[in-house]
Amino acid sequence: MSTMSTHKLETQNITMKFGEETIIRDISIAVDRGELVSLLGVSGSGKTTLFNCISGIYQPSGGRVLLDGDDITGTTGHISYMLQKDLLLPYKTIEDNVGLPLLIRGMSKEEARKQASEHFEEFGLEGTQKKYPKQLSGGMRQRAALLRTYLFSDNVALLDEPFSALDTITKGKIHKWYLDVMEKINLTTVFITHDINEAILLSDRIYIMTGKPGEIRYEIRIDTPRSQRQGYDLTDEFMQYKRQIMGILEE
Amino acid sequence: MNKTGRFSNKIYPFISILAILALWEALSFFEIVPNFMLPSPQQTVQAFIGDFWLLMSHLKVTLLETVIGTLMGVSIGFLSAVLMDRWDPAYKAMYPIIVLTQTIPAVAIAPLLVLWFGYKMMPKVVLIVLITFFPIVVGVLDGFRSADKDAINLLRSMGASRWQIFRHIKFPNALPNFFSGLRITVAYSVVGAVLAEWLGGFAGLGVYMTRVKKSFAYDKMFAVIFLISIISLILIWLVSVLQKKCMPWEQVDEPVRKRDRNKVVKG
Repeated sequence: MSTMSTHKLETQNITMKFGEETIIRDISIAVDRGELVSLLGVSGSGKTTLFNCISGIYQPSGGRVLLDGDDITGTTGHISYMLQKDLLLPYKTIEDNVGLPLLIRGMSKEEARKQASEHFEEFGLEGTQKKYPKQLSGGMRQRAALLRTYLFSDNVALLDEPFSALDTITKGKIHKWYLDVMEKINLTTVFITHDINEAILLSDRIYIMTGKPGEIRYEIRIDTPRSQRQGYDLTDEFMQYKRQIMGILEE
Repeated sequence: MNKTGRFSNKIYPFISILAILALWEALSFFEIVPNFMLPSPQQTVQAFIGDFWLLMSHLKVTLLETVIGTLMGVSIGFLSAVLMDRWDPAYKAMYPIIVLTQTIPAVAIAPLLVLWFGYKMMPKVVLIVLITFFPIVVGVLDGFRSADKDAINLLRSMGASRWQIFRHIKFPNALPNFFSGLRITVAYSVVGAVLAEWLGGFAGLGVYMTRVKKSFAYDKMFAVIFLISIISLILIWLVSVLQKKCMPWEQVDEPVRKRDRNKVVKG
């Protein structure tokens, strides 16, 4: 495949071994600009290992990572991620937490704050600039963590089960909010989850991973556009997808 | 409700201190312990007032030694922790030695220091450096090492340099340990300075102490003991103030105040 690829983010045959053990094998995914793609799989299927390869924390044993067609395999500083743990630093205010990636890129503190604060309203965080993380609820903290991820990435975000620690009601709200924000900011997202409902509700496409070693077995496209997913989880179509996915996972 | 709680929190130690003072007064008033051995609280206060300026001039020397020694010990301790965190061979080589030095009691090494470095400021400062070094180096190193690995990885993914990871994760993570180390340290430092002065010197509270001891002026002895504990308390308090200044995030309240809820249940 040429480096003239038009995909925003692409992995080509990523394989990761630790010693003798192969954790993931031949993972090839492609994500287009503004697309939201989920990696769905049980724990231990190597989803997080793949993330670490994409973000550059790990140098994969084989394969390449392409961002806008450029080879970024094994290099950090291009793609950031967000975990279930919000990883907001308790000793920094929300604006400084959110602006941290900009600071790391060499921006001054004032500039970073200014640029971060431009997005606070969009992310429903207005008024929290000067607060510390412990003063915010779990849902708000995840929003702040998402804004940080967004400010860092070249419009690509990796999200590793970001909402799985939230209670059902907060989760429902944040899903709705997330779909709204995604629409506005046109972020390209790779989303790890083991929650089938969440995957169907939020994704354009779903890659289903099975282990071990972790490999991609199926790719499912959700036909209903993301903008029309209000109450989608109560429709027959949703249930059909769910049945299909459960069938695959049970194989 | 909260206010009365805070008030009663303060009243208990106040009562206990008052009780000890009363007991002390009674012991010397009824001469249960002979007066030359245990001066009364009043005599102690009188001795303190009578020798106030002399005490202050000695205090100046002791405080100077304490401040210099503590600053040096803290800096050396902090830098060693940075070195040991950054470079594993340094950790492996230095850590056992640092622990080993702590098994040597300060009381045992102080006379040697006086012998080696004379009667001036040097042996006092060296002793304080030895005393301060350990709690700082161990605390700070623990703080560096207990930094959240996921947070470090997140910063790495953002392309952070080693220095940036230190600046944004490791250093702030070590601050609570640093301050608890410093709090222990300042109190020990004063005692260390006094101890070294005891063993030989020209000025300082320890020197004053040996002089009044030789003249059996126990009231003055008590006065200087009190001065030393008051100074230690003030230094500990100063560290707390500094900590509050340096760690403002510790001062904010959480949305659900668990501590207050506990108080209500108890009350």
